[in-house]
Amino acid sequence: MFLLLEQILNGLQLGVFLFLIAAGLTLIFGIMGVINLAHGSLFMIGAYAAAMCTQWSGSFLIGILGAVVVAGLTGMVMELVIMRRLYNRDHLDQVLATFGLILFANELLTIMFGRTPLFLDVPPFLNGSAEILPGIDYPVYRLAIIAVGCAVAALLYFVITRTRAGMLIRAGSTNRDMVAVLGVDIGLMFTLLFGLGAVFAGLAGAMAGPLVSVEVGMGEQQLILAFVVVVIGGIGSVRGALVGAILVGVVDTLGRAFLTDLLKLFMDTASADGIGAGLSSMSIYILMAAILIARPNGLFPVAAQR
Amino acid sequence: MSRPHVFTLTALVIAIALPFVLIATGQEYLIGLLTRIAIYGLAALSLNFILGYGGMVSFGHAAYFGIGAYVIGILSFHAFQNSTIFGISGSDAALFTWPLAVVISALSALILGYLSLRTSGVFFIMITLAFAQMLYFLFVSMERYGGDDGVIMYNGRSTIPGLDLSNDLTFYFVCLAVLAIFMVLFSAVVRSRFGAVLKACKQNEARMLALGCDVQRYKLAAFVIAGAVAGLAGVLNANLTEFVSPDYLHWTKSGDLMIMVVLGGMGTISGPVIGAGVFLALEEFLPAMMESVALAQYKEHWRIVFGPLLIIVVLFARGGIHGLILLGRSDGR
Repeated sequence: MFLLLEQILNGLQLGVFLFLIAAGLTLIFGIMGVINLAHGSLFMIGAYAAAMCTQWSGSFLIGILGAVVVAGLTGMVMELVIMRRLYNRDHLDQVLATFGLILFANELLTIMFGRTPLFLDVPPFLNGSAEILPGIDYPVYRLAIIAVGCAVAALLYFVITRTRAGMLIRAGSTNRDMVAVLGVDIGLMFTLLFGLGAVFAGLAGAMAGPLVSVEVGMGEQQLILAFVVVVIGGIGSVRGALVGAILVGVVDTLGRAFLTDLLKLFMDTASADGIGAGLSSMSIYILMAAILIARPNGLFPVAAQR
Repeated sequence: MSRPHVFTLTALVIAIALPFVLIATGQEYLIGLLTRIAIYGLAALSLNFILGYGGMVSFGHAAYFGIGAYVIGILSFHAFQNSTIFGISGSDAALFTWPLAVVISALSALILGYLSLRTSGVFFIMITLAFAQMLYFLFVSMERYGGDDGVIMYNGRSTIPGLDLSNDLTFYFVCLAVLAIFMVLFSAVVRSRFGAVLKACKQNEARMLALGCDVQRYKLAAFVIAGAVAGLAGVLNANLTEFVSPDYLHWTKSGDLMIMVVLGGMGTISGPVIGAGVFLALEEFLPAMMESVALAQYKEHWRIVFGPLLIIVVLFARGGIHGLILLGRSDGR
């Protein structure tokens, strides 16, 4: 029972991560109609920036700040130099150009930092574990991640539904040309929005630093998971991204933790181990397939599209 | 003769003569590169069938390439061990294993294609990528077949009565023949009624639906054909390297195939093969080229040149190399 609760929390934490990445992806797609493979690279750049800034300053908070700033600036430069030319192209061109960006970013970071992974320590003030229920300890750092993720989700919800900027974002996702005609500087808005998505990705990268090794290629793994999240949630929907991310996080974590034991109930240990390992690594994709059969446009389809 | 015919004939003569030139000049090691070009050309050709003609941007095409390869690898593994899988004993006989690999690739394409084609546009890109990644992790988790490290085919290449595939030159000509056959087949299919429907679906799916055409069935059929041919390319590549690993299915492989298609020229028969040739030649020679312009310390990082190159091609030369050569313009679509 305690194990189950702990695993659910782990799943929640993975979900929050994925949400941070998927939110940027889905916003950028929803508004600009661009599929950006290099979003994973922004995650990676965030992680590297956090590792560097933490090493230099000794403070994890400055590390996070560095990650957010570097990723955000990189994102905006990316938008200005390349993405801008891709808005009116088909998705294939967007995929290829951003694939080229990934190759470039991965190689550049390899040249700068080498192939040995960097490691970030959990900051002292978030070290240790807290008693969340009598008798159950849970690492504070993971709780902090869940809290940050929830805060970002709440902030996004507030900005999108309650502010003028959010109104423009919603209007832009319904009818981009109309917004431009009404005198909104669409170019600036896109650059800023792209930067915002990059900031989230960088934040996720910085927070992932202490949990995984910071290495080249760390972003693509997350990117593909984020795609699964976006497909499940419905492209362009931030709410869908949140629900999808938590679903994916929990299913993946629970699958890895319990599926093999579950299979052992009705088959011998050796084959349960084999099949369990295979099935649990496939669980989220099976979830995605099942959801697509029921709702081909995801759980929260965005009605109007270009 | 028209310009394309001259071009095709010249290319064929070069493809046949080149290995002998290489042997004469003592550069036999490059025959492996030529074989790889033929194999990846075949894989890119199959992707182009759905991508260039059918307008289905599949970002998971390496999955079928990998499945075909794994069927060969697994059967070879069991033949070496004298064990069975699902009651089938392992085998190296190409006449049995190659068709089986193609059938299994086609079946996988049928299942995944059926699911993926429920969506379209950017959904389709993401979902094909995700399914390919699923299979990647499936093969990584198969400890028996080496997991991450993959399967080494200790028995060597498959056997065909009357042909010695272990001879590199023979194997190259087998791959070249397979490629040539499928180029002819695909160009016939593209010009057939089936091909016409497929191209029409790309241009205006709604109109085809309104005309009473079962668009989904045609697209799925094309998807399965492409998967089967990619599986065959995987079979050949497994035989070339005598080694199969999850890398065959890695998502960057799908990206590479897509690059080959677009680099060469989408929606043409020779384009993908040219693209494969240019891509693999760049991979082989770009490091040396970087060395010659005093960037020697970066030569293992050739992708730092290749990435921007790709972006430039996408942004400014949309017809690919095929468009540049045959049409004399860079916007040939």
